[in-house]
Amino acid sequence: MLSKVFATIAVVITGGLLLYGVYDFPSFGDPNSPPNAGVEGGADSVSQYFITQTYNDSKVPNIVTAVLADYRGYDTMFETVVVFAAGIAIFCIMRSLGNANDPAKEKDEMHSFTHGDHNRIIIGTTCRIVVPIVQIFALYVIAHGHYSPGGGFQGGVLLGASFILLALSSDLNAALKRLSEKNYFALAAIGVLIYAGFGLVAQFLGANFLEYGVLQPLLFTDGPEMARSHSMLGVEIGVAFTVMAIMFSIYANLSTRGTLKNGL
Amino acid sequence: MEQLVEQILEPHFNFWIYVILMMIGLWAVIAKNNLIKKLIGLSIFQTAIILFYVSLGVKEDATIPIKKPTPIEYSEKAYGGEAEAKGDYAAADKAPADKKTDGKTGDSKKKKKAYEKINPDKIANPLPHVLMLTAIVVGVATLGVALAITQMIFKEFGTVEEDEVLKVIKGGGQDD
Repeated sequence: MLSKVFATIAVVITGGLLLYGVYDFPSFGDPNSPPNAGVEGGADSVSQYFITQTYNDSKVPNIVTAVLADYRGYDTMFETVVVFAAGIAIFCIMRSLGNANDPAKEKDEMHSFTHGDHNRIIIGTTCRIVVPIVQIFALYVIAHGHYSPGGGFQGGVLLGASFILLALSSDLNAALKRLSEKNYFALAAIGVLIYAGFGLVAQFLGANFLEYGVLQPLLFTDGPEMARSHSMLGVEIGVAFTVMAIMFSIYANLSTRGTLKNGL
Repeated sequence: MEQLVEQILEPHFNFWIYVILMMIGLWAVIAKNNLIKKLIGLSIFQTAIILFYVSLGVKEDATIPIKKPTPIEYSEKAYGGEAEAKGDYAAADKAPADKKTDGKTGDSKKKKKAYEKINPDKIANPLPHVLMLTAIVVGVATLGVALAITQMIFKEFGTVEEDEVLKVIKGGGQDD
């Protein structure tokens, strides 16, 4: 009870100070605000460059994808590494947990008896139809990420969601049969390696890490712009692999307390 | 009162929402006893930050930061002309299209002019979207780690209530 009083006091003070500071912020939707146009009298905001020059630089119409995969390539690469590391951490925590407690394992098996397959005809059939559609849409989101809203993160989450849907509708084993633990960790590592590989190949060709323009002779493109565009697609595919694998691994581990058996 | 609403509340309502959401999250993190509820509070906090960033990139009457292919580009593709020459943001470009029809003979100088015509004020700021796009996915992954740790705590102590966990830890210390 006392902690709630203190929490309320702390929250009111912090919120009051933040709201006091709100008065100095630029107003909503102002195109001349510092984040949108840069500081007055100083240099332009970097977003101005992105908006005006992205199509010149890489022939990618979707500026968000271009900034994500090219201009801020380091950031995105290490975000992918963070996702991968999170997957490894969950694996280390949950799998040791799952192998340790045998009584819970038996309980889980008992639990699975209570809901048989007989009352899942509608759910199972619907999900069997929906899963391939979700996966094809995910591939479209990844492959078309340059030209329309989309990209590796979004498509990877959709792919992971399709496997989670499969596991929810029937059984975790049904999903694990298609994407086993060994395979999804291999996929996660391959995704990071694809991303880092694009950077390393550029380095071997004499440019900076993740400078895609020099990959032009390897990708058989017309100019460095198209090389950047194609490299972004490759990088997004790597991101999608990692995100898909880790999303599914998080679900598989958390829903079974690390045993990877039966599931919800 | 009316003046207050017009001058402070109306142009800054996005910041008000973000502060309120963030404080809800902060309150949950501090005051709630259940570890899962604390995690929910953290997620609300994170959502408030995402809202804050995305709302900073909003421009009035602006369109999404994706270049729209103009009809001329399509026709030129069909006739095998210079397809990529017309880098124009359709929404940003208020100039009449007849200027571009003679673009087939266009040299590089004309191309440059077409790019300069892009009005950045009419395209939403892409940078906050990029930052938040990665933050959302990483947030899900770190939430997964947090839930895994919570499951470990539950297995170790048989509870996810913070005070009960602390009691067990302190009791164990006295036994030693």
